Amino acid sequence: MTDATQARDLFSKFDALIAEREALLATGVRDPFAIVMDEVKSPTQAVIKGKDTILLGTYNYMGMTFDPDVVAAGKKALDDFGAGTTGSRVLNGTYQGHRQVEEALRDFYGTSGAMVFSTGYQANLGMISTLAGKGDYVVLDADSHASIYDGCFLGDAEIVRFRHNSVEDLDKRLGRLPADALKLVVLEGVYSMLGDVAPLPDMVAAVRKHPNCMILVDEAHGMGFFGPNGRGVYEEQGVEKDVDFVVGTFSKSVGTVGGFCVSNHPKFEVLRLVCRPYVFTASLPPSVVATAATSIRKLMHAGEKRAHLWKNSQRLHKGLTDLGFRLGTETPQSAIIAVILTDQTQAVAMWQALLELGLYVNMARPPATPAGTFLLRCSLCAEHSDEQVGQIIAMFEAAGRATGAIG
Amino acid sequence: MTDRQPIFDSVLSQIAPFNKKGVELTEATTFAGDLEWDSLTVMDFVAAIEDEFDIIITMNMQAEIETIGQLVDAVAKLKG
Repeated sequence: MTDATQARDLFSKFDALIAEREALLATGVRDPFAIVMDEVKSPTQAVIKGKDTILLGTYNYMGMTFDPDVVAAGKKALDDFGAGTTGSRVLNGTYQGHRQVEEALRDFYGTSGAMVFSTGYQANLGMISTLAGKGDYVVLDADSHASIYDGCFLGDAEIVRFRHNSVEDLDKRLGRLPADALKLVVLEGVYSMLGDVAPLPDMVAAVRKHPNCMILVDEAHGMGFFGPNGRGVYEEQGVEKDVDFVVGTFSKSVGTVGGFCVSNHPKFEVLRLVCRPYVFTASLPPSVVATAATSIRKLMHAGEKRAHLWKNSQRLHKGLTDLGFRLGTETPQSAIIAVILTDQTQAVAMWQALLELGLYVNMARPPATPAGTFLLRCSLCAEHSDEQVGQIIAMFEAAGRATGAIG
Repeated sequence: MTDRQPIFDSVLSQIAPFNKKGVELTEATTFAGDLEWDSLTVMDFVAAIEDEFDIIITMNMQAEIETIGQLVDAVAKLKG
């Protein structure tokens, strides 16, 4: 082998990133991307390096990870059906549980079709790449999640971006595309970096002015929390009839792992045969689909949890605003509250100060973030108690003053 | 191509607000190498060019455009 540290090879393109990380870690800070949870006590509490820590960066919005019914369903499926399917959904990997979780999704969303993927990432990858192929157009928001971009590349469609949440920009770009070309417009209910919500009625109206468009909405961060039935932002904003496909995940409000798409399209079932990220991978383990199905059915009747989550989100948004932090949205729009910091040094210092006080939040940095910002991203849980929200605000105050992030 | 010069001039005026380092601009100037633009700057700049010429430069096309000259050629072609 050649000397791996000196020779130019396929890793050379990562040299700048390696150097940046080494310089950061040399200052003595803990690595924000290498946290280990030694013990997880509840949806809102874990032990990290021996310290009891409040979790405020898990997307576990509805706190279903430790729901007794959900856990019991998983254990039973593990006993009855074993640890894994070792197979593709279209061969030996569809068990009773996979059908049951798809039935739960059809009931939850009120759609005729539901298809479960092994992750949310694969759901977007599979849906977008299979729907929009060579010669078709995908029109997407510039702040779209990586799985949406990757779906575009995999399908080899023509990719057109519009400025984040700009109805005018979307309308203009659709107007410049060939009328007879087939187009897939991809929107998200909640954008996960800043926690802002899309103006879906205006966007849908703009799309419907143009021919040959279908609309896919990613509700990864909307499911469970938005709308009378918890279907997502598109339900809350009343555009259900105009959305052709909803993509979502089991790894946020549902509390396990997996992804899905629901739709009323009459030909939806054919996708099971032609969607490569669905066909060419192993299906979810029986315990996972059992926990997901139980959780989804419970989320249909989670009005009180939704109300508490909304109360928590509003309270944290106000608490941090009052302390002088700059947030991703002026008003609380979702259960994600992003604290915008000036640079990497301040963001890491603040992140570490919070961790030492006993609070875990996500640190996010470019290129994952919009406009090159450094963020501490907080996601609330319906299981955060009023007392915990108070503690969280107090820890932000202490950490903000210690690091100079607030005056 | 008779209308290439006005396109070139217009592209240069669109680059100006993003040319923070005052790099000299020629046909051969590259966006990533010479102007050192990151993906976010490219996004903003492409949106500005699209609106200026009322065209769409898909991300697929953007991958093939490295220099100012290539961009001017692409704009000329897209404007037809």
